Amino acid sequence: MTVGDKGYAQRPEPATPTEDTVLEVDGLQVAFPSEDGLVRAVRGVSYRLERGAGLGIVGESGSGKSVTALAVMGLLPAAAKVTGSVRYRGSELLGLSDTRLSDIRGSGIAMIFQDPMTSLNPVHTVGAQIIEGLLRHNPDMSKRAARDRAVELLGTVGIPHPDRRADSYPHELSGGMRQRVVIAIAMANDPAVIIADEPTTALDVTVQAQVLEALETAREETGAALVLITHDLGVVAGHTDRVAVMYAGRVVESGTVEELFYEPRMPYTLGLLGSMPRMDRDDDRLTPIAGSPPSLLNLPPGCPFAPRCPMREDRCDRDEPSLHVVDAGGHRSACHFADRLVGMEAGAVFEATGADNESLARLARSDSEASSEASFEASSETAAEATAESESANDMNGSTDGTYGKGSR
Amino acid sequence: MSAPGEPVLRVRDLVKHFPVRSRGVVRRKIGDVHAVCGVSFDLHENETLGLVGESGSGKTTTARTLLNLERPTSGSVSYRDRELTGLSRRQMRPLREELQIVFQDPYASLDPRISVRDIIAEPLRIHGRYDEAGRAEVHDLLRLVGLNPEHGNRYAHEFSGGQRQRIGIARALALRPKVVVLDEPVSALDVSIQAGVLNLLMDLQAELGLSFLFVAHDLSVMRHVAHRVAVMYLGRIVELAPTRELFARPSHPYTQALISAIPLPDPRKERARRRIVVQGDVPSPISPPSGCRFRTRCPKFATQLTESERTACVEQTPELTDRGTGTPVACHYAQPLELL
Repeated sequence: MTVGDKGYAQRPEPATPTEDTVLEVDGLQVAFPSEDGLVRAVRGVSYRLERGAGLGIVGESGSGKSVTALAVMGLLPAAAKVTGSVRYRGSELLGLSDTRLSDIRGSGIAMIFQDPMTSLNPVHTVGAQIIEGLLRHNPDMSKRAARDRAVELLGTVGIPHPDRRADSYPHELSGGMRQRVVIAIAMANDPAVIIADEPTTALDVTVQAQVLEALETAREETGAALVLITHDLGVVAGHTDRVAVMYAGRVVESGTVEELFYEPRMPYTLGLLGSMPRMDRDDDRLTPIAGSPPSLLNLPPGCPFAPRCPMREDRCDRDEPSLHVVDAGGHRSACHFADRLVGMEAGAVFEATGADNESLARLARSDSEASSEASFEASSETAAEATAESESANDMNGSTDGTYGKGSR
Repeated sequence: MSAPGEPVLRVRDLVKHFPVRSRGVVRRKIGDVHAVCGVSFDLHENETLGLVGESGSGKTTTARTLLNLERPTSGSVSYRDRELTGLSRRQMRPLREELQIVFQDPYASLDPRISVRDIIAEPLRIHGRYDEAGRAEVHDLLRLVGLNPEHGNRYAHEFSGGQRQRIGIARALALRPKVVVLDEPVSALDVSIQAGVLNLLMDLQAELGLSFLFVAHDLSVMRHVAHRVAVMYLGRIVELAPTRELFARPSHPYTQALISAIPLPDPRKERARRRIVVQGDVPSPISPPSGCRFRTRCPKFATQLTESERTACVEQTPELTDRGTGTPVACHYAQPLELL
């Protein structure tokens, strides 16, 4: 892998796996048994990752994007029912024992979690945690060499004074520094795939920029392919070349970032883009998506987005659309009416709802009446009335205190 | 959005320090967290003023101190020429009808044990304004914020995050306030839900002539809702400008770094963008840097200034004043820059 190739080139996803395919997820399903029944968190996710490529997986809370990643890494609790196929360089990972998986975790596929405070061990120094990963996959490496490599890695991800910082404990570092340590651990064994699950969500924007830069460095150094899981469409736009949008446990649209951002073919994607306030332009009005995502317990038949979709027709309630190719190249959408979205703006499909107009008008009217009444009273006020009023105001204060006491219980 | 009018809220040199105490029995005071240090601004009638900053910038403390939820260490806050600082809880109560707040966390800020109807009616009851028409009024408030009034007898946990935030907004509006402080009102929400709440807030502000102090960390949201934006860093306002100007020509190096750090949902623009990456993390507010508080991370200080120019950054606190850019900025070497 050439250093400096960030995988930004537009490469279509080949129809069949090639020797460059590092990760292949096929028909992945994950279900969790619960007291109320089976929660189908992932309902058939497929994607393929070529060497050095960058894939973004976006979706809102509960869409199944994190569960997909955990299933790939074999990190779900034993109660989870996982079916389908996950192949790393052609060999199946589902069903492997934990020991066998541990050989691949870190050296083949590395993972970066959202919260570095919980993914780092609080009782070991950060240096020791990198060394642990290095020695696990390189038993012949001397401790000295491992330590030197750990310090080098900390420097690579932009930690100042890495030789001293290697002896720090996680709590001594800031959130951004901790996440860099996690990135250093992830890149330690030159993995072929790095899965980053909301790596910057807990961080401030200026620190997010630093950490994303460290992640880019890690990719350049290792040539790893990246799966970037996030709810932030902006992060995906700049850091991956392909993107998959998840909703209710399935991929509902996938394609290159250009296809997704400039020509979305699934109403949900269009709705997401229309909901985002943009810093780079004056939007007149945002177009929210009405309602909320469905419960993954006893999902009704049909398209899971239909109840929130302004384009819904009878057919949508009956059959769930498959993820199908919508134009030349690899652009896919799971909408029966994907071709109707050609050239459509979010504002033409979704309503820019806000406050209820009727109530708003009533409230605005009563406000202006109240203020005109008040001014009328004020003008007709005599000195005597003013005194009487101040007395009654005192009374009112007394009684409000009484009510407050009751109300707060 | 109509033009802002007279100032309704005046904030002058607001300071809030929290004591840091030692461990053990005595708990000696060993220092102060300098949360807010000399913040001044006006909030006008019918205006949304954005207060933006990263964690630890003091934006939430500023908001809470304004409403006397925290006692300021020094400085003054006045509402329509009435001084608020120093008022007792009891003296403050009648003013609460005009000054309201919506909290960040829609899960923690609603009482789980009473129905939503009672949550919204509570401020009316406290202020003795819940009469025969009260029930209808609560219904109307629910409808106003886009909730089904028939769901009024449900409890908060039966609603989604976005719906709960709407309940919080209905409660804040129940007393027909003039000023509403919104403390990160949408940051806990998914983007498709957030948009609806933002639209709602903008409608309310415009139609009811409210003044909003909108506290947020998300600059894209600010760009959308605010008329003017104040950028805070480590307890100080570093730049204050009309929204459009702030984004078109930011002058403070911190504002520039913030704007350039926010990813745009537009792949071509995003790849072509110029990044100003600041180094390191926000210093501790217990011992903030001397002079300009941003200097330890400032890219301009690090790469563009000469040794003698830097002296001013280290020794003199830059005041928030117009330095020939048309709007107040707290940088000795402020220079507008086009980034978007």
